[in-house]
Amino acid sequence: MNITLHVWRQKDAKSKGRFVKYEADDISPDMSFLEMLDVVNERLVLEGEEPIAVDHDCREGICGTCGVVINGRAHGPRERTTVCQLHMRSFRDGDAIWIEPWRAKAFPVIKDLIVDRGALDRIIAAGGFISAPTGSASDANAIPVPKENADLAMDAAACIGCGACVAACRNASAMLFTSAKVAQLGLLPQGQPERYIRVKKMVAQMDLESFGNCTNHGDCEAVCPKAVSVDNIARLNRDFIKSTLIADRRVAVGVEGAG
Amino acid sequence: MESSAISVAVGASAAKRGGYVGAFYGSTVGKKVVMAVTGVILVLFVIGHMIGNLQIYLGAESLNHYAELLRELGHGGLIWVVRGGLLAAVVLHIWSATALTLGSWAARPIGYRRRQQWQESTYASRTMRWGGPILFLFIVYHLLHLTTGTVHGDFVVGDVYHNVIAGFSIWWVSAIYIVAQFALGLHLYHGVWSMLQTLGLSHASYNRLRMGFAIFVTFIVVAGNISIPLAVLTGAVS
Repeated sequence: MNITLHVWRQKDAKSKGRFVKYEADDISPDMSFLEMLDVVNERLVLEGEEPIAVDHDCREGICGTCGVVINGRAHGPRERTTVCQLHMRSFRDGDAIWIEPWRAKAFPVIKDLIVDRGALDRIIAAGGFISAPTGSASDANAIPVPKENADLAMDAAACIGCGACVAACRNASAMLFTSAKVAQLGLLPQGQPERYIRVKKMVAQMDLESFGNCTNHGDCEAVCPKAVSVDNIARLNRDFIKSTLIADRRVAVGVEGAG
Repeated sequence: MESSAISVAVGASAAKRGGYVGAFYGSTVGKKVVMAVTGVILVLFVIGHMIGNLQIYLGAESLNHYAELLRELGHGGLIWVVRGGLLAAVVLHIWSATALTLGSWAARPIGYRRRQQWQESTYASRTMRWGGPILFLFIVYHLLHLTTGTVHGDFVVGDVYHNVIAGFSIWWVSAIYIVAQFALGLHLYHGVWSMLQTLGLSHASYNRLRMGFAIFVTFIVVAGNISIPLAVLTGAVS
């Protein structure tokens, strides 16, 4: 199949970018989207041109490294699918495909289609963990966990941090990401001691990173390759309200001092 | 990078500086909660207002007596308490919306070349920021029209029934009210669901009822209100 690509090319963070048109001929429908880009890049290298810079790692849909906006949709046209798991058979011969990086102030472009998602890492670092003494692992069944909570926590923990939710959000909000990271711990017993200080810290860091503000559209969930639910956003909101209204101040001070 | 700081002062240390209210409202989630709480107040008012309006079908005496009752409750003081509360809710609602909107607009300085494909968002959710200002203009018009009578050609102080009939008999006045009710409907449809989400009212056992609840509230308010200009125009009420 023959495809026309319009790819965002940007030399570095400071340069001004632009779309460049490439004709990708003789593409197999069995190639993944990234394999198609590999072929295009090999041809570019042979012609002595700079290959298209694109983020990728595991190519199994579990690492969260790849991610571009394809024809206006984060991760392309298929639901619950990362770019690496998207195949060219999802397109038609002769299609024009526009490829753009995630667009958000919090995600500055490093080069071409690669953006800096360090903002998401800093939200995690602000509180997306539990403080546990080191030592031998405790017995797995020592702490009872309700089955429903285990399932919901697992669903939230499926987030691979790719940033598609931010890219698809009309407001460039990171609420789905942050809420998944808040909820996966808040639903489990191990996450309870820091639950209310965690949500405050992570929301404060999210605000600091100049993301936009959630207005409950739900486009984030629709493009999420792991279908992380917006129910987690309600969980974050609930914990945030509780942390302000009824969380005990002295407990919060204690945890903050220890952390 | 300017935002590379990770250690954010929250909780007690932030409270020492800005106070708990400041720390809460300073965050984006806090502003959204303010929008939701003021939204609840305004939705309740709109429902009550609609039910009050329906008394037009009971006749002139009934409606005028109800209006007089509202004006005289608490020796004429209660209406000003309610008006003050509503004004505060409207101001906080608009203030928070503006702050959140400006933040969101700044969060994507370079947009997408290809128009984004919306998956889940609705026409209602995408037009909240247009619907708000439209409703504000309508409320100003509505107050000048049926509360103060400033823009009403045939206003009689105290005769609410007459003022409504005379006002809605002009077709374009009714048209403004009907169009405004559709704008209100769109705002309510997304707003009611959205405020439940923002207040954290979400659970698997009732989540599928939330959209139905939003549609129900929207429908009764819009249908109840629109019925009045329609009834006047068709001569069902005169």
